[in-house]
Order: sequence, then structure tokens, then C-alpha cells
Amino acid sequence: MPTPLVLSEVAKTFTMHLRGGLALPVVDAVSFAVAAGECAVLGGPSGAGKSSILKMVYGNYAADSGQIIVEHHGRLVDIAAAAPRTVLAVRRDTVGYVSQFLRAVPRVSALDIVAEPLVARGVAAHAAQERARALLDRLNLPERLWTLPPATFSGGEQQRVNIARGFITDHPVLLLDEPTASLDRANRAVVMALIAEKKAAGTALLGIFHDADVREAVADSVIDVTRFAPGRRAA
Amino acid sequence: MSEVTDEEPLLRVHGLSKFYGNRVGCQDVSFELWPGEVLAVVGESGSGKTTLLNGLSARLMPTSGSVSYRMRDGAWREVYRMSEAERRLLMRTDWGFVHQNPADGLRMTVSAGANVGERLMAVGERHYGNIRATATDWLGRVEIAADRLDDAPRAFSGGMRQRLQIARNLVTAPRFMFMDEPTGGLDVSVQARLLDLLRGLVREMGLAAIVVTHDLAVARLLSDRMVVMKDGRMVETGLTDRVLDDPHAPYTQLLVSSILQV
Repeated sequence: MPTPLVLSEVAKTFTMHLRGGLALPVVDAVSFAVAAGECAVLGGPSGAGKSSILKMVYGNYAADSGQIIVEHHGRLVDIAAAAPRTVLAVRRDTVGYVSQFLRAVPRVSALDIVAEPLVARGVAAHAAQERARALLDRLNLPERLWTLPPATFSGGEQQRVNIARGFITDHPVLLLDEPTASLDRANRAVVMALIAEKKAAGTALLGIFHDADVREAVADSVIDVTRFAPGRRAA
Repeated sequence: MSEVTDEEPLLRVHGLSKFYGNRVGCQDVSFELWPGEVLAVVGESGSGKTTLLNGLSARLMPTSGSVSYRMRDGAWREVYRMSEAERRLLMRTDWGFVHQNPADGLRMTVSAGANVGERLMAVGERHYGNIRATATDWLGRVEIAADRLDDAPRAFSGGMRQRLQIARNLVTAPRFMFMDEPTGGLDVSVQARLLDLLRGLVREMGLAAIVVTHDLAVARLLSDRMVVMKDGRMVETGLTDRVLDDPHAPYTQLLVSSILQV
């Protein structure tokens, strides 16, 4: 079985046209792989480009060069060069993402937000909602909140909706951007258990965890992002 | 490494340009739209969005370029080479057009039911009971109470008129819909309800759509892919969240940085 996620020589520079074309190089020559059942953690100080790497893997940021290869339905797809509709197909079935902040949709209930990725893959609405209920329950989100749109939820409540939405599918690759940042100890433990289950099921996980306890508990390897700092190669 | 493309596009636009005298309406626009895909066209007033929409929807003869559509039988047809009758049939059946101002897309003096029923009659439905039942069903789907079926849309609020216009368009189960600022001029709460409704219907019916909007939040909520227009040209295109979160063109960066945060 091929490695689910391979990055090779990926580079990213932001060009700020409103600031006279100022170039802000973020990362250069990013190369690593994440195996099935492995949880790799991106390490390094704020601003080192950890989130940018995660967003490039999800196709949310464009990579300037290099390849981001995922195995999608038995074929290899390069996210860095794929057409938008291919990226959408990869997101639906192959690469999942738990973002740091929930982007709430007006009028859509927490339950439907969590169930949506399953519905998009053709699971019947009631079965998807059943799974969503089980996950929200496990993450200790009070049941009275389930039918409400999460726009007015607290940070921790929104994050748990986000986590449930990310973990509900069985995507072979799962990206985690600080999923435990605003959670209490009990809920952090739930997330660590969910991650352990994903690993046991063969999911390749790539994450950012600022919380050292969580990082130590879940990480199989730490990728030091400072080694991809632009200009290092020339030096 | 191939793209995951087992099917064909629904619409192909190639080198579309429209000049008004020597002024540019839109210039050299090319893209493809796939079944079930929602494309947002964004840009400020005067950027060529409406010219492009009218050029695509057989309402405004382009100066040059082509618009091809894959018909239900699978055959590709150039929209501007069809006869007037064929084009009108296409617009009444397989296409929909939601105007910013519902009065432009509705008949304001006949009942809501007749507005929906009229498009059904255009595709050959003659049975009064069936037409009324289908119209009632559609009003329900756009959240208009059944007891308003016999009221004329001039007695409706702006949000209801817009929902009625959507029902009128969708009743023939089109595969492709044009929307021109569908939430423009509505209160934010009414806008949220309409967006939620549109999102659901588009997904449920597998509709492909082109949505013209100047509201980037609407584009993010409704569309998969985005085209940014400036001075009649496409300055950037790509996955909607990529364009909004990592804008490349100077103009897109300006647009994104101009959004007011709430």
C-alpha cells in the first residue's frame, strides 16, 4: 500500500501586492511523508509555517512549487497541481481537516454541520445524524445545543463541533490544526482517545499541537518545521 | 497522474468577449462548468459580471467567442447558433435564471401558483390538478405557506418574492441555473434563510449554477469555485476557499482585504 501522504520540495511565498509586492517566503523544500496509522506532528515556533503546510495539503493555500501526493481512490493525486474539482473530491473522500476555528453557517444546526461530511458521501441523513449524535455526546456537548446553529456557542463548544465534523468520516488522511486548544482536560482526553482510534484504524494524521501533554501522548514523530525555513538551503 | 474526471462538463465558454462600441464589457473569458458545480463570479460594479452573465445565458449576443452547452441528450450545442425557438425552449426548461429583482423574473399580477404553473405548462403539462399540486409542493419547498398559493406576488415581502422566483425556476427540474445577486437588497436575516434554502436545493437537485455576486461571504457559502472579474477580464480563478484565503492577484487581495469584519 502506498504512503497516504507525501510532500516533496514544497515551497510557499506570500506576495503582498497591497504592500508594493512585498514577498514573504514562508517555507521552502518541505519534504516528508506520513504513513498509515502514524500521527506526525508539525513542530516549531509560531510563524514557522506549520498552519500554511497544513492548508497547502488541504488545497486551501496554493503551493508555489513541489508536490503534495495523496492516494485518492487508488490513484495518486498531486494536490499542488490538481484542478479545483479534483481537490473537492479529495476533500470529500480522502483528506479531512479539523480547522482551528469553526466557520458557522447561518441557520444550520450543530448536528447537521457534524453530519454533513457523511451526507455528502451519500450516507442516509438519519444514519449520519445518528453518528453525529454519538460523537457530540462523547465530546460532552450538551444535548440542548445540538439543534442550534453554533454561531453563538463558546469557543470550546464550537471546537468540539468542529472536531466531531472532522472525525465523523473515515478519511485515510486527517489534518488537525490545534484541535485541543480551547478544551478542558476531560475533553482533551476524549480527543486523544479519538486520535488513538484513528491511528489504530490506519488513518495517517498530520497535526499541530501546542499543548505539550497532548503532543507527547499522540505523536509518533515530530517534524521540525524550522528546517524548512526559506534561505536555509542557500546558507 | 490524472484528474478525477469521469464525466463531461455541462458548459464550455471559450474566448467570450463583448464590446460596447470601443468600451469593454467583458473580454476573453474562458472556463468550463461541471454538473453539480456552483461557480461564483465576483467583482465590483462595472467589472463585467452582468455582461458576462447575460452573454452566457443567451441574453446578449457576444462580440466574439463561443458558449457551448451539453443538452440532455448528450449532444453539444453552441448556444448562439441555435434557433430562437430552441434557445427559448432551453431557457424555459433546462435552464433557470434568478434575477436580483424578483419583479424581473415573476409576473407580478398573477397568483403565486400561476407563476410556478406557467413554467410547467411551457413544458407541456396540461392537467390543472397536477399543476396545482406541483405548485403547492414547490411553494412548500421554498417555505411559502400553501394558503398563499392564490395571492399575487405583489402582496409578498421581498424575501418571499425571491423564494417564489426560485420555485418558478426549479419546478421544471433544470440542470443549470443563473443567479444574479440572488440575495441583493434583502435584510441579513432574510438573506441567511435564502442562502440556506439555496444551498440545500442546489445540493439536493445536483444543480450546476453560476452566481454573480459582489458579496464574498455569499460566494464562500454557495460556491465551489470562483472567478474574479476586473475591467471585464478574469483576473483570478480557483477553488473558492483558496481564492479567498490565499488570493494571488493584486485586485483579489484588495477585494478580500476590504471585507468588513463583524
